[in-house]
Amino acid sequence: MHTLKDSLSSKKFTITAEICPPKGTDVSDFLKKAQLLKDKIAAANVTDNQRAVMRLSSLACSVLLLKQGLDPVFQMTCRDRNRIAIQSDIMGAWTLGVKNILALSGDHVSFGDHREAKAVFDLDSVQLVQVINKLNSGTNMKETPLKGGTGFFIGAVVAPEAEPWEPEMIKFEKKIEAGARFFQTQAIYDIDKFHKFYEYARKFDVKILGGILLLKSAKMAHFLNTNVPGVTVPKHLIDELEKAKDQLEKGIEIAARQVKELKKFCDGAHIMAIGQEESVVKIIEGAG
Amino acid sequence: MIITKKKDFSKILEYLKGRDRVYLFGCNSCAEQCETGGEREVKAMAELLEKQGKKITGSSIPDETCYSMLIKKHFREDKNAIEKTDAFLVLACGAGVKAVADAAGDEKPAFPALDSLYLANVTRYGHFFEGCSLCGDCVLGETGGICPHTQCPKGLLNGPCGGMANGKCEVNMENDCAWILIYKRLKAQGRLGALKRIASPKDYSNGVKPRTVVVESRIKK
Repeated sequence: MHTLKDSLSSKKFTITAEICPPKGTDVSDFLKKAQLLKDKIAAANVTDNQRAVMRLSSLACSVLLLKQGLDPVFQMTCRDRNRIAIQSDIMGAWTLGVKNILALSGDHVSFGDHREAKAVFDLDSVQLVQVINKLNSGTNMKETPLKGGTGFFIGAVVAPEAEPWEPEMIKFEKKIEAGARFFQTQAIYDIDKFHKFYEYARKFDVKILGGILLLKSAKMAHFLNTNVPGVTVPKHLIDELEKAKDQLEKGIEIAARQVKELKKFCDGAHIMAIGQEESVVKIIEGAG
Repeated sequence: MIITKKKDFSKILEYLKGRDRVYLFGCNSCAEQCETGGEREVKAMAELLEKQGKKITGSSIPDETCYSMLIKKHFREDKNAIEKTDAFLVLACGAGVKAVADAAGDEKPAFPALDSLYLANVTRYGHFFEGCSLCGDCVLGETGGICPHTQCPKGLLNGPCGGMANGKCEVNMENDCAWILIYKRLKAQGRLGALKRIASPKDYSNGVKPRTVVVESRIKK
C-alpha cells in the first residue's frame, strides 16, 4: 500500500481527499467511494463527526479504508472525548494498523445535530498533538511508560487566510513544536496569500497540503460564507459559478485550476468534496 | 455576582402540586440585582400563586440567602408561619435553595423558582457578563486577565480555533474571539511571549466536587 508519509517524503506532489463516514452502519457507499479514490490519492482523511453531526466513528472507517488498501488519515477532534478516551482511542487506532492522524479542535456542538450535548474540549488541538507525540515516544501524557507506544505520522490544521494572522501563526508554530509533521490547510481561495504563507511555512520541517474545497454551486458558496466558520469564498468565484450552465462542472473546473496552481510550488493538495467524492477524480484529472 | 433567571411558572406549579401552603424566600443580594428575587419579584410571585389558590404562609428576603446560618436563624424566628407551611419556594440561586432546603430538613421540600446561570461581572448597570468559571486552576496571569476557559466556548488554551473570522467567534459571530482579545492585550503589554508558550492541559483535580474551604483564622475557638 502507498502511504502518505512515503509520498510526502518522495517530494512528489501529494493529493489527499476527505471521505465522510455514513450516518449509520451501512458502509456500502463509503466503500465504493474508497475504491473510486484508491489509486488516485495518497491517503484519505476520515472525518470525526464533522460539524458535530453524529456519524459512524472515524476510527472504524479508517480501519475499513486500510482493508481496501487505502492509507487513512484518522481525524481526531477534542470535542467528544476527554484525555483518557483520546489516548485510549489513539492507541486503539495504532494497534489496528492506522499510521496517520490529524489533530483538530473540532466544530462546536452548537453547529450539530445534538446541540444539547456536553462539549468536552478537555484538551485543545496543540495539546492533542503533544499527547500523540508522547504516545509516539512510548509514554502516556503523564509520562508513564506504556507497554508499546505508537508511531503516528502526526498532522494538524492551519488556516492560512485567518485574519488577524499573527495569533494563527503563533498557534501554527506551537503545533510544530508539539510534534506536527504535516499540515492540511483550511480552504484556500487567495493563491497569492497562500503562496506567501507557504514561503514562511517552508522554513520549518513540515509538509503542507493546501486545502481545496469543492464549490458544488453558487448557493453552496453563499451558504459557506454565512454559515461555515473560517471560510470566505470570494465574489469573483461566486460570479463565475452563477454564470455557468452546469454549476457543479464549473466548481470542479475551479477546484482543478486551484490544484494546478498549487502544483507549481506546494507539497500537495487536500481536496474536500463533502459528499461529492466522485468529483475528486475529475478534479485530479482536470489538474493534469 | 451570581446570575439567575426565572423558571417557567408552569414548572413552579408542577413542583407545588398538592402543596397549598407556600412560604417564599427571595434574596436581597444577587437575585435582587438580576430582578429575579428582590422584594418586587417575591410580591409578584405571591400574587400569582394566590391566583392559583395557594396560601402564602409567609415570606422573607434575607440579605444573603446563601448564608445557611442566617436562614436557620430565620426559621427559628418565624417558627409559627413555617410550621403551617407545606413547601418553600426560593427565588435565589442554587446556594440559596440549598440553604433553605437544609434548614427545612427532611419533612418539608424547598423548590427553586430560578435557574442559576453563572458568575458575572457587572459591566454596566443591568449588564452581566460571564468572565470566570471558578475552575480552580486560574490562567489569567498568562492571558491578560481574559479567561479563555470562560470566554472561548471551547475553552481552548493555546490560541484561536479555525472558526475565528475577522476577530469574531464561530459560535456567536456577535462575540469577539476570546483569543483575539487576549492576543491584542498581550501584544499591547509587550507580553506575546506568554502566548508563544504551549499551555498545558488544565488541571481539573482542583475542581473535584463538592469543594469546601475552611478559613482557620475565622473559626471561633
